[in-house]
Amino acid sequence: MIPMKPVNRRRILRGIMGGAAVSVGLPFLDCFLDTNGTALAGGQQLPVVFGTWFWGLGLNPGRWEPAKPGKLEAMNTELQPLAAYKDKMNVFSGMKAFLDGKPNGVHFSGVQGMLTGTVPRGMIADKPSVDTLIADVIGTRTRFRSLEVACAGNPQHSQSRRNGAVVNPAEISPAALYSRIFGAEFTDPNAADFKPDPAVLVRRSALSAVADDRQSFEKTLGAADRARLDEYFTSLRGLEQQLDLQAQKPAPLAACTVPGKVDETPVGTEIEIVKANHKLFAGLLAHALACGQTQVINVAFADATSSLRRAGGTQTHHEFSHEEPVDAALGYQPTLAWFFNEIMTSLAFFVGSLDGIKEGDKTLLDRTVIMTATDLGYAKLHGLENMPMLTFGGGNGRIKTGLHIAAQGEPSSRVGLTLQQAMGVPVSSWGTDSMQTSKTVTEIMA
Amino acid sequence: MAYVKKALASVALALTVCSTALLAADEKPAGSDAVTRRLSQEQYRQVVSDLFGPSIKVGGRFEPDIRRDGLLAMGASQVSVTASGLEEYDKIARNVAAQVVSEQHRDTLIPCKPANAKAPDDACAAQFLSETGPMLYRRPLMPEELQSRVKVAADAATGLKDFYSGLGISLATMLESPKFLFRQEIAESDPNHAGQYRMDAYSKASQLSFFLWNAAPDPELLAAAEHGDLNSDKGLAKQVDRMIASPRLQGGVRAFFTDMLGFDEFETLAKDSMIFPKFNTKVAKDAQEQTLRTVTNLLVTQKADYRDIFTTHKTYLSPLLASVYEVPLVAPAGGWATYEFPEGDPRAGIVSQVSFVALHSHPGRSSPTLRGKAVREVLLCQKVPTPPANVNFTLVQDTKNPQYKTARARLHAHATDATCAGCHKIMDPIGLGLEAFDSGGSLRASENGETIDTTGELDGMKFTDAGGLAKAVHDDPAAPACVVSRASSYGLGRLPAKDEAEWVKNLQAGFKEGGYRFPALLRLIATSPEFYRVAPPQMGAIDGQSKLAQTNSNQEIRK
Repeated sequence: MIPMKPVNRRRILRGIMGGAAVSVGLPFLDCFLDTNGTALAGGQQLPVVFGTWFWGLGLNPGRWEPAKPGKLEAMNTELQPLAAYKDKMNVFSGMKAFLDGKPNGVHFSGVQGMLTGTVPRGMIADKPSVDTLIADVIGTRTRFRSLEVACAGNPQHSQSRRNGAVVNPAEISPAALYSRIFGAEFTDPNAADFKPDPAVLVRRSALSAVADDRQSFEKTLGAADRARLDEYFTSLRGLEQQLDLQAQKPAPLAACTVPGKVDETPVGTEIEIVKANHKLFAGLLAHALACGQTQVINVAFADATSSLRRAGGTQTHHEFSHEEPVDAALGYQPTLAWFFNEIMTSLAFFVGSLDGIKEGDKTLLDRTVIMTATDLGYAKLHGLENMPMLTFGGGNGRIKTGLHIAAQGEPSSRVGLTLQQAMGVPVSSWGTDSMQTSKTVTEIMA
Repeated sequence: MAYVKKALASVALALTVCSTALLAADEKPAGSDAVTRRLSQEQYRQVVSDLFGPSIKVGGRFEPDIRRDGLLAMGASQVSVTASGLEEYDKIARNVAAQVVSEQHRDTLIPCKPANAKAPDDACAAQFLSETGPMLYRRPLMPEELQSRVKVAADAATGLKDFYSGLGISLATMLESPKFLFRQEIAESDPNHAGQYRMDAYSKASQLSFFLWNAAPDPELLAAAEHGDLNSDKGLAKQVDRMIASPRLQGGVRAFFTDMLGFDEFETLAKDSMIFPKFNTKVAKDAQEQTLRTVTNLLVTQKADYRDIFTTHKTYLSPLLASVYEVPLVAPAGGWATYEFPEGDPRAGIVSQVSFVALHSHPGRSSPTLRGKAVREVLLCQKVPTPPANVNFTLVQDTKNPQYKTARARLHAHATDATCAGCHKIMDPIGLGLEAFDSGGSLRASENGETIDTTGELDGMKFTDAGGLAKAVHDDPAAPACVVSRASSYGLGRLPAKDEAEWVKNLQAGFKEGGYRFPALLRLIATSPEFYRVAPPQMGAIDGQSKLAQTNSNQEIRK
């Protein structure tokens, strides 16, 4: 007798679509959640998520800072696109990078200070970025420790690094990200039946032979090379863990749906192309988070020396920042303002993608903290004062939102330290030289 | 006492301590620390192609390489493998392995047939893996290494009920092992120079092979290493000469210039398609190919003076490039043809080629500054300071300003600012000589209706156009000195150490004396003892013989 195959979500999808993958809203399965809908039926809270969203060149000074400290009321002009999220975000003004006599590595020092707590002496970073420190704590039990994307076509735009030479390369193609996450190796957490693939078990077992290569290979290495090999073997453990997870039945996640297949798209620095790819990435990352594939994401909208450009234009966003005169009547650089509006509108789309995934009476954004990062406070002069910083989401109630924190020239590393603590990283002091701080932003600590 | 105990515990370690102790206190052993380099994408592809043939495709996204001190080859000594990078290596490895054991390829690539295709066969697996392993690890496999991979093949064959799938899984674990992905230099004490260390013979073979061919050692070179030939000047010279005479030298020279000229940046080069409709990824690819063909033909085939790459009028064009250059070309369909620009044409040498002028430009307009900077940094190995932080660029290139129609006029206005002038005067006068070429690489006579003036200068050598700039670079002694410095660092995977400065100076003198012949320079580097010298190992040193030999003899003792 041949047993009837149980009907599961995947079969339903296949049946409906005849193989063509498109996004299908599936009935909300309340049985997976507790009565509030915000935790797994087993009682555990849905896990926290951390992310960074980077863009280059900061914003126009005077056009983004909220009028008053404290509760976020009306948004200033350049943050207008984000107005819908004012209760779910924080704005930090007056944060800066201290150079301590080191040269200003233009488009570099500022973002390093913000993301690694350290302004390097030269143009080579040497400290891990805040997302990797957090991923080491919250990202160790997911299929991907973190996922990086770069929307302007260059994998090296990634700002996520484990140290100077180990930069987590970013996906530049939404289609490639789709198949990496939702391709053949994806296990739907809500599938009714689960049968581990014997090939997965075989591969997992084979990888232990690679792990065993460590001892003989390491014997003759010096200290620096050993550290590099440690990175390799950390990555190998990550790969082993991916296979371990594939061999187990995942816990159901009600909000998890498989997005529609993404086809290859053009990549480049032309802003319409960047925006289109960013939209696809935002959707894929939101689905990946809802499906428990990772808890850490990093988005680089563009590079620090923002090479975004308009079709047919001879100058890039970066070139405009230096070359466009400040309009005497307006008091700011109008073309630059146009680019910033495009960027903030994209950021709003990204935040909306997370907020659009409902998990009971809350949203995915509510258990997430997104920290934005940028390289400059005033691009025209490579200024490192008053660099705009934003956070979105409350991280499962660990972060208070709806606030404007008006600092008076304080190290931007304070935000990174605060978020590390909120995410459970056991760190009391973070950063180097004047960027070193043990002072968290207590106003936002829940 | 502790020292004696340690010495008793490990004869090998004791010998290291002794030989180092032979040096006077103030005498530091020569050589730099051994470097460990991650294979580049091209090297990975080359190894797979050499071993399994060109029909095995290597697909996937490789972890990006990083450039340090002007070369990716030096960045390779600093990078590791990230989590997402390993995920990709894993996919690439499984994909390559699956093709090798596929029905289509197994009969040619696997030297034996299993007794039962649905079950493990250790003998056949061992035969395949013991032949393949040394080509991947670039040295013979130690018995336990082979046993471990035979066991993987057997376990996987059992689990999947298929010998070939099992063998494929085992091969994949070798392709993603650090022993394959990283080139490791293993030090041994140099019996000819007391207190000095050198690479062991297999490390030497790799050093040589990646330097000259950008590939792993071939069986003949591995055999030379095994027989100790590479430890004698004569034996080493024989292999170097063989490799330099081989057509495979072309591949090595192409890899070197691809790195030195920064062609990896083409991968992300953007040109505005509305302003430069002719420029696309195919043109970018052909432009690199044009330069590499020009350089290898001149340096390897013609054995010409290195400096001629800056002045030659002879080049290769594809039909696509001919349309960018706006010259008539008779070429076989889709193919390449030689082309000679007439005497006096501004297209002289590689600096005037699309690969240089387009790469060092903005997406929508040319840049005398970027081009001047590239001549200094890429071709002359001179460092241009980074721009100061507090700069007002407003006038620089407001292309619509009726007062400043050309780049020259705009830059002049900008460079009158004292903080900017210092650096701009070392870049712009060079780049202005290339203003006749737009950002897409095409020739132009005017900008915004004004005739372009291409006069300029390089360190006091004045010129009136790109041809004159080419001659100035050709005559600049920094140009040949630069390629010597880059080639030695490229081979070493690091900057030469302080005590190797003399060696580099000698290489430069030798290059000049020999009439600036590039293959002769490669030979000079590859036959120098300095090229294989390393500092005493920091741990686990083994005296007088390689670790591999030591491990083997230990195994014999155990037997």
